[in-house]
Amino acid sequence: MQMSIIECAMGAFQIISLDGSADEEHLPELSTSQMLKMYRDMVLARRLDSWLMRLQRMGRVAIHAPSEGQEAAMVGSAHALETEDWVFPSYREMPVYIARGVPISELLNRQFSNEEDPLHGHDMAVYGSRRYQIIPAPVPVGMQIPMAVGFAMAAKYRGEKAVAITYFGDGATSKGDFHEALNFAGVFKAPVVFFCQNNQYAISCPYSRQTATKTIAEKAVAYGFEGVWVDGNDILACYSATKRAIEKARRGEGPTLIEAFTYRLGPHTTADDPSRYREQAEVEKWREKDPIARFKRFLVRRGLWSEEDDAKLYEEIEEDIKREIEQAERKQPLRPDVIFADVYGSEPWHLAEERDELSRLI
Amino acid sequence: MAVIPLAQAINQALREEMRRDDRVIVMGEDVGRRGGVFLCTEGLYEEFGPDRVIDTPLAESAIVGVALGMAIYGLRPVAEIQFADFIYGGFDQIVSNIAKIRYRSGGQFSAPLVIRAPYGGGVKGGLHHSQSPEAYFIHTAGLKVVIPSTPYDAKGLLISAIRDEDPVIFFEPKRIYRSVKGEVPEGDYTVPIGVSRLVREGSDVSLITYGAMVYECEAAAEKAEKEGISVEVLDLRSLLPFDGEAIIKTVRKTGRPIIVHEAPKICGFGAEIAAFIAEREILSLQSPIIRVAGYDTPFPLVHEHLYLPNERRILDAIRKAISF
Repeated sequence: MQMSIIECAMGAFQIISLDGSADEEHLPELSTSQMLKMYRDMVLARRLDSWLMRLQRMGRVAIHAPSEGQEAAMVGSAHALETEDWVFPSYREMPVYIARGVPISELLNRQFSNEEDPLHGHDMAVYGSRRYQIIPAPVPVGMQIPMAVGFAMAAKYRGEKAVAITYFGDGATSKGDFHEALNFAGVFKAPVVFFCQNNQYAISCPYSRQTATKTIAEKAVAYGFEGVWVDGNDILACYSATKRAIEKARRGEGPTLIEAFTYRLGPHTTADDPSRYREQAEVEKWREKDPIARFKRFLVRRGLWSEEDDAKLYEEIEEDIKREIEQAERKQPLRPDVIFADVYGSEPWHLAEERDELSRLI
Repeated sequence: MAVIPLAQAINQALREEMRRDDRVIVMGEDVGRRGGVFLCTEGLYEEFGPDRVIDTPLAESAIVGVALGMAIYGLRPVAEIQFADFIYGGFDQIVSNIAKIRYRSGGQFSAPLVIRAPYGGGVKGGLHHSQSPEAYFIHTAGLKVVIPSTPYDAKGLLISAIRDEDPVIFFEPKRIYRSVKGEVPEGDYTVPIGVSRLVREGSDVSLITYGAMVYECEAAAEKAEKEGISVEVLDLRSLLPFDGEAIIKTVRKTGRPIIVHEAPKICGFGAEIAAFIAEREILSLQSPIIRVAGYDTPFPLVHEHLYLPNERRILDAIRKAISF
């Protein structure tokens, strides 16, 4: 990592080194089974991501926003949440959903927009669920951030212990909604965690086009609360930083901005071509910092995992995904008049008329 | 029954709903100690305290975005935008997020919230204190848009809006906040969203209007009566959804519809009403459909009485319709 703790002066944070050795002093309290679950979630997210990219290329699913390279930031932070907490993601957070326990069957129903799609085919590339306490992302960048603050303020008003966490990228920090929301949260000491994945690109525009500050974390200072800069490819660092921020919020001590410094290995979405704006050498350099490989080295070093375990895990996951894809693809498509569903709580006359017209014509 | 001004009817609706339901929260710029710049939230801070009457930072997008988060949680926020002219700062949140959360989530989440804003001209407020931005919101599926013109309707419609399961944009005609007074019952009653009010019966011409223009239309109708022209006045009250049945009824009756609103003419709500009439009732028409609207300029500071539809312009349209 280029940025040192001293430079950032706000607690830049790494626990697992590239070679898998660990800062023993800062190791979080996690059981072996918890850590293996985290590793499994990362691998599952990576494999499903790869499948979705392929399925899109084959024309079998709509657009997908890949998360390759950012699994540590997402899985690590999501494992720090309690079931009572609420997630306000952006459109790239599939690993968060997996870590939150959402079955891949449901994610695939979503991607295939079949009759069991929980979002009724109403949007692309995003997922939400009341059951898993995930609010579907608004696709316009950064719009979820004020929502998370309002939700947290409401929880505080009700005296409940739920904390809201919102995910966004470096691009979102240029938007007014980011600044307005963080300012609000500071003023009202809302129990919210702002989790920025600085993956260094907003489609093609590099970090330097979003801000002149060295870090995003330091922006928290302007809003009167703590900013934390963390190695976003280190799952234990992401877990620990988030855990601390969540507990702080739950104690009524207000918001935290976490910047997980990471890298988007893939394109922005299936519709993007990164070769137009960045060198492959840069991508390769970051592949060496792959968060999954790093966590695996850590687990293997400690005798918690082996190459045989790993091969078995990949095999198992591959089978699961293939089976679920087959099943999701076999389900019926949504009915045509679903486009008129969920506009209002009760249908106004003009929509009823338009729905009738559609039924008459098909 | 007490006779009170429109602003006080708004205040009463907020107070009674806040007493009835602790999920109701009022938030916005200067709504607390100041009681709102038009005093619509006067006394609420004293009665309900800072947790329920929230003076917010000066940030329109966050005000409505935060209200959405609260609504998703299960509260019933009433967010005030100090002037409708400032609502554009929150436009993205309203149109992309608030209006679409039910749809985007496949019906799992909704936004039962109200965004109140004083709107319209006639107070010498100039460019950025006088606009009528309703058309932007009527064009957005998922929103409801309401504009009351009497104290009775203001209270009854605001209570309906607060209890509605979907987001309601509630524009209040600020020029008649104090000048229009009317009987308002104490206690609970509602005026349903989507239903118009027949202000005045007539047989020759229909004035279809809303907001402060209701009074200009009434005045023009009186004058026309003296010329032997019988004018009906329909106050739409709700613009999305609007009362299509009542529009058809009045058009069938008079055959001469005139739509009157303060907002600029091009793509104003009058265009929608005109198209609605043309699509369904063209054979009932005795004259072209006429619009009397604000001119297609930015809202002027000087001569606003010439910019806004007034008795003279409406009367001119009535005569045109009759002599066609």
